[in-house]
Amino acid sequence: MSDIAERVKKIVVEHLGVDEAKVTENASFVDDLGADSLDTVELVMAFEEEFGCEIPDDAAEKILTVKDAINYIQEHG
Amino acid sequence: MVTPLGSGVDVSWRRLLDGQSGLRRITEFDVSDLPAQIAGMVPQGEEEGAFRATDFVPAKDVRKNDAFIIYGIAAATEAFRDSGIELKTEEERERAGVLIGSGIGGLATIAETAVTLEKQGPRRVSPFFIPASLINLVSGQVSIRFGLKGPNHAVVTACSTGAHAIGDASRLIALGDADVMVAGGAEAAVCRLGLAGFAAARALSTGYNDTPEKASRPWDKGRDGFVMGEGAGVVVLEEYEHAKARGARIYAEVKGYGLSGDAYHITAPAPDGDGGFRSMRAALKNAGMTPDDIDYINAHGTSTPLGDEIELGAARRLFGEAAKTLSMSSTKSSIGHLLGAAGAVEAIFSILAIRDQIVPPTLNLDDPSEGIEGVDLVPHKAREREVRAALSNSFGFGGTNASVIFARPENA
Repeated sequence: MSDIAERVKKIVVEHLGVDEAKVTENASFVDDLGADSLDTVELVMAFEEEFGCEIPDDAAEKILTVKDAINYIQEHG
Repeated sequence: MVTPLGSGVDVSWRRLLDGQSGLRRITEFDVSDLPAQIAGMVPQGEEEGAFRATDFVPAKDVRKNDAFIIYGIAAATEAFRDSGIELKTEEERERAGVLIGSGIGGLATIAETAVTLEKQGPRRVSPFFIPASLINLVSGQVSIRFGLKGPNHAVVTACSTGAHAIGDASRLIALGDADVMVAGGAEAAVCRLGLAGFAAARALSTGYNDTPEKASRPWDKGRDGFVMGEGAGVVVLEEYEHAKARGARIYAEVKGYGLSGDAYHITAPAPDGDGGFRSMRAALKNAGMTPDDIDYINAHGTSTPLGDEIELGAARRLFGEAAKTLSMSSTKSSIGHLLGAAGAVEAIFSILAIRDQIVPPTLNLDDPSEGIEGVDLVPHKAREREVRAALSNSFGFGGTNASVIFARPENA
């Protein structure tokens, strides 16, 4: 689990250019980390690439926080 | 400005007057199968005068924009800071606009994304692909950064873009649409696709791959095409009374602007030079000036076999006796052809020629073509001389021509 969480957080830090300390599991991409709608699309693409999975659009729309991403990848990755 | 000579006006101008060349072999990507293997690439890195994208744009945003947008933001940032303008009220922001164009836009990004689409499918296409490539996104990005809520516009007229942008922006001010306009051009089309395309059109120099600094040689017998360059030039234009009222440092006045079309051929200039002649004539008329008033012409002068002499012929025909006393040079001999940024960068060089009373040189003019005697083309070395007013020419594919005249401000 920690491995997936670390990899997710690393992608978030790189793509949103935010301080690592801010990327807590409860952090919301849009509200807490300053992402816009295009950033969130790109983040999901980065998760797909990193974990070799495909995240359908309806599932992607529900990935709003760091925790949402980690949970989705644990279940489907 | 951002040019192959360096990042910023001071370093670019100093190196230009010094006779330095910004042209070199391309090492950023494979050019071994291309006929033209040289370009004016913006120097990047930590060396003095080199360009660092992260000085202007946060690291996370650099990869979300094609290089032409980054160069445009950088040039606009330098110009806006230098102007000292502070937009304090909503009304002031609504009276300040932006008009920065590009000839081609995000060509490298488009080429790379097309490969991604073919190899990896549509799901791997970045959501930033379109805003990273669109020509008017320089204007968009700059407006967001500086809160410019007035006219938000972009010109696309190939190699006349930069000159048209400055000319059109000055008209928007004259017509009352804005008090302040941030205007210019940006380009970064030096990529495999860009080089292959211009080479296929037989526009590029191919005979100087081993001596790149000698490749751009306007009016010289040995010229064999232009050398692609990249960068950006941006100026801040301001309504005269508005500038005076805030005590602005006024470099020059946009005195005249002329436009014309060749209606002749998609890439070749009309042999009689009629298009360039008419755009220069229109600019003079608009300025209310006579040929005697112009001391310097910054030529389009791309170093192509046809274009240079046609332009010189047009200038001679228009200026008559006055052609004998003016100086005319092509700064493309130093930086190459910046396409959509060329007219804006060269406008700044023309303005600095007025400020410093010195005309930049035409490099590599070793063996002038027959019949060009009688006009001072400023070979090899910059020369101090009186420059009351300067005219900058830009001509583009599609037969589109623009001439802009700058003059010393009245109170100087």
